[in-house]
Amino acid sequence: MTEMRYRDALKLALREEMAHDENVILMGEDIGVFGGAFKVTSGLLEEFGERRVRDTPISENTIVGVGVGAAMVGLRPVVELMTVNFALLAFDQIVNHAAHIHYMFGGQARVPMVVRMPQGAGHQLGPTHSHSFESMFLGVPGLLVAVPSTPADARGLLKAAIRDENPVIFIEHESLYGVRGEVDEDDEQPLVFGRARIVRSGGDVTIVGVSRMALTAERAAEELAGTHGVEAEVIDPRTLRPLDLDTILESVAKTNRCVIVEEGWPHGGVGANLAALISEQAFDDLDAPVMRVSGADVPMPYSKPLEEIAFPHEPQIVQAALSVMGREAPAGLNGRPATPQASEARI
Amino acid sequence: MSLGRPNGWASEPAGPTGAALPAPGTAREWLAAMVLIRRFEERAGEMYARAKIGGFLHLSIGEEATIVGSERALRDSDYLVSTYRSHGDALARGTPPEQVMAELFGKRDGCSKGHGGSMHMFDASRRFMGGYGIVGGNLPIAAGIALACDQRRGAQDAGGPDAASAIGGDGQDEVTLCTFGDGASNQGTFGETLNLAALWRLPVVFMVVNNQFGMGTSLSRHSAVTDLQRKGESLGVPGMRCDGMDILDTHRVVSEALARVREERRPLLIEAVTYRFRGHSMADPEDYRTKEEVAQWRERDPIPAFCDLLEREGALTKEQREQIDQGALRQVEEAVEFAESSPFPDPDTLYEDVYVLDEQVHGHYHWSPKVVR
Repeated sequence: MTEMRYRDALKLALREEMAHDENVILMGEDIGVFGGAFKVTSGLLEEFGERRVRDTPISENTIVGVGVGAAMVGLRPVVELMTVNFALLAFDQIVNHAAHIHYMFGGQARVPMVVRMPQGAGHQLGPTHSHSFESMFLGVPGLLVAVPSTPADARGLLKAAIRDENPVIFIEHESLYGVRGEVDEDDEQPLVFGRARIVRSGGDVTIVGVSRMALTAERAAEELAGTHGVEAEVIDPRTLRPLDLDTILESVAKTNRCVIVEEGWPHGGVGANLAALISEQAFDDLDAPVMRVSGADVPMPYSKPLEEIAFPHEPQIVQAALSVMGREAPAGLNGRPATPQASEARI
Repeated sequence: MSLGRPNGWASEPAGPTGAALPAPGTAREWLAAMVLIRRFEERAGEMYARAKIGGFLHLSIGEEATIVGSERALRDSDYLVSTYRSHGDALARGTPPEQVMAELFGKRDGCSKGHGGSMHMFDASRRFMGGYGIVGGNLPIAAGIALACDQRRGAQDAGGPDAASAIGGDGQDEVTLCTFGDGASNQGTFGETLNLAALWRLPVVFMVVNNQFGMGTSLSRHSAVTDLQRKGESLGVPGMRCDGMDILDTHRVVSEALARVREERRPLLIEAVTYRFRGHSMADPEDYRTKEEVAQWRERDPIPAFCDLLEREGALTKEQREQIDQGALRQVEEAVEFAESSPFPDPDTLYEDVYVLDEQVHGHYHWSPKVVR
């Protein structure tokens, strides 16, 4: 086992897959000479050359579209978008083409490409650089969506994404790039999409944490155990399409309670979707309504104290878990609103 | 007049250029291809009026010389990327009329299995890489195909492996021809793609089919620069123009462009000046143009014009002209019969081809008590 940062685990995956398959090429803004806005691709230009590591103009929609066309005739492009907000410029190519080409052309063409992008708040980048949009991509049939939270998952899932025959939206997290974790460098096998990771076992309440929120949920679970005597089972779905609903349902069958934590907006979010699935499939297992902890229903603010309360932290998760257990929880833990989404309930 | 020469000359009306005729047999084959498109489109319009065809139906009537003239300049190994007005492109590329008509009917045997419809024809086996419903959305796709061809050629030069792909480049000198309308030249993807293609020296020919209207808005009302072949200049893409009503001129200019792109490894832009005789789609009252204007352009109808030329040159007899038309009518009739008799897709196939199924993706979600994954 080697300890490495999330960004280095991603780079390892890119390097391994580029060595494994000549058809894997990288495209993106500032990924070559500059080494990537978050330094994921630094050194790869020198290693693989200009033809396979391509700095692009600032043209998000076109970069993704070029990737689609290249994938249709046999390349396996990995396109980097600098943030998830910039992916909005490429939504046309992602939805109308990448996701739909296999279907709308009757299965004659495939789009084996990966679109990588970081999301998330915490760096005071304001309303155009800080959001979490996994639910937008989750809503589109034809796309696969990965949301790795650890270096090992980042490497294993990126390798799997590159080898998959479908277009994959690969969502990294800005706050995770520097986080370290154990990676087995000798094991070059990709992970398999659609297999959740049980981060922590417990029998009292199920907490599903998406992307970085898997880590936040894990810390909240430690506090629940230490302070409140509650054993939470924390699940990181790792991929949202395909979704390992079975693992989540099995956990809910055991705990009878579920909290879903995501950084994105509450309306139409991953949690809204998953809560519906759980209530449809496991209503009789539930002893309490499924609770969501989400980002606040606002554009991400710049000011630090506002930004801090606009996405979930451990206290909100602890409070939500206690509330589904019927335990009285003090409102406004640590001086924060009870839960970020509690405020949006006003509209 | 120097039609077809790159750059450096003022806007001029397109006109006959006297490009040389091909061999008589070839010329008659081109004529037959144009007539097939004309008869197919006319019949498709009838079928639309009879509610056999749903959605939108964009006909290419009037643009046959642009379609066939450019397509016949391609090699079989070249790629063609088209727009939502793509029946003619598919037919010109050799897709059987039966499959195109069945697609319009939404039938199982349609070239896109009834998933695409009028705007989304596709024929991988003939490297017809699709009709695309988003105006300007096809330009990046074409550049991507060109990138893959270029990449594979480079890899072969470097002694690398030749990757297997059903419709992948052969590592030869394939060029991609990308057609789009005058309206698409205002989209962001036009500027973005031409810049990137020039920057990366991609083997792609962009052909703006200037049929004078972006839907119902005339060229002078939607584009500040109406000399469209110049719109790529600031992006490093030289322009050429052809008379899109003249199959010989279109073929000559597109051939020259393809040869240059194949050799010089850099993109070119062609403006094909043409006119669609019918509305934008079937639901178009055509209030934005006068009957006189349409009549004027119809006097330049590319099919009778080419017929007359061939007759004058002794390459076509009256009987052959009649035979070609009867042959097209027969083909189209058979296409309609085929489309009528082809079954609609089975409801069980609704979820087919949403994903390529494999170890990771076993199926598609049905939002029903039975979860399939």
